Amino acid sequence: MLSLETRLKELMLASLAGDARSYGVLLNEVARHLRFYFLRRLSDAHKGDADDLVQETLMALHTRRATYEIDRPFTAWLHAIARYKLIDHFRRNRIRATVPLDEVEDLFATDLSDAASDRMDVERLLEAAPERTRDLIRRTRIEGQSIAEVAESTGLTETTVKVSIHRGIKAIATKLKGRAANDDK
Amino acid sequence: MTTNDLIARLMGELKPVSPMAVFGRVAAGLGLGSIASALLMYFWLGLRPDMATAMGTTPFWVKFAYTLALAAAGGWAVKRIAHPLGSIRVSLALMAVAIIVISFLAFAELAATPPEQYMAMMKGRSVSVCTFNIVMLSLPLLIAAFWVLRGLAPTRLTVAGAAAGLAAGAIASFVYSFHCTESGMPFIAMWYTLGVLVTGLIGAIVGRYVLRW
Repeated sequence: MLSLETRLKELMLASLAGDARSYGVLLNEVARHLRFYFLRRLSDAHKGDADDLVQETLMALHTRRATYEIDRPFTAWLHAIARYKLIDHFRRNRIRATVPLDEVEDLFATDLSDAASDRMDVERLLEAAPERTRDLIRRTRIEGQSIAEVAESTGLTETTVKVSIHRGIKAIATKLKGRAANDDK
Repeated sequence: MTTNDLIARLMGELKPVSPMAVFGRVAAGLGLGSIASALLMYFWLGLRPDMATAMGTTPFWVKFAYTLALAAAGGWAVKRIAHPLGSIRVSLALMAVAIIVISFLAFAELAATPPEQYMAMMKGRSVSVCTFNIVMLSLPLLIAAFWVLRGLAPTRLTVAGAAAGLAAGAIASFVYSFHCTESGMPFIAMWYTLGVLVTGLIGAIVGRYVLRW
């Protein structure tokens, strides 16, 4: 799997060339990292400012994207901007915070790409179950709806829903075991 | 506005960016500033009357080369500090080399001069206005350099302000050299250099506040 830096840098290069789709992917991913970064650095009383800071940083990334030099790491460039925005925020709000001399790694400490690949694994496993069951499992086990809610919206009885889910999960378990067995070989 | 709305808006506004965009902005800003500074010099102070003969003398070209070297280093400093994580160390080193060279020429000239003429050489005929004039001529350039940097992404504002000031002072000293009739190396080494440094200091102090983005 590509490193975060490589992936984000590719997206950034495509964005600089004018590719809006890459840009959307980049901004969404960057926004998630920035949220974590700011939340961890704001005191409890100021956690509400995290979203404003994320947006300000995205705006800065946008209007000043020409200052990214393609032979340098993207993550370091973004971190410098985020850190500037954080310090600027402290200054404007007269917060006497000691800004830790954080490093690039702090912005990307939580590598969300794991979470993303977990989600892809789940989707792949769900394919073991029939289409209708897949939907039932997703709604109850992943999105957290109740059996009753799902039964009502699909027009099935609660028993049918429960049984389908049970069978679907059994099918997935079988597939998982098969895969584990394959891995052992 | 939610972050998702913002992202959608920014995606819609995306246009391709040239890799030369930062350089272009620095060149355009400092170029316009130089023209403004040159016009100010021309109408306020005027070209030196002996321009044609001066161009055949070494001191004219030493001044020319010294101030041009400082100006190039200053312009490069603005370009470098416009990037987040940018550093102006290379430019400072180049400026230091130029200052060492001019100091060497100044001492060489003093060494060949009787001591009782030292003061006269260092004061020239325009010591009271030289540094002041350079700082005045640097003002349009300083404004231009601030404009350049405000549209880019300097993350250390005092350093960025110093870079803007040094560039403005250096280009202004280049412009001023077409008015100034001084030819003594000690004079140039002291008062021209002081003009550049004072402007750099002004830039560093003001930049902290003016360059916020």
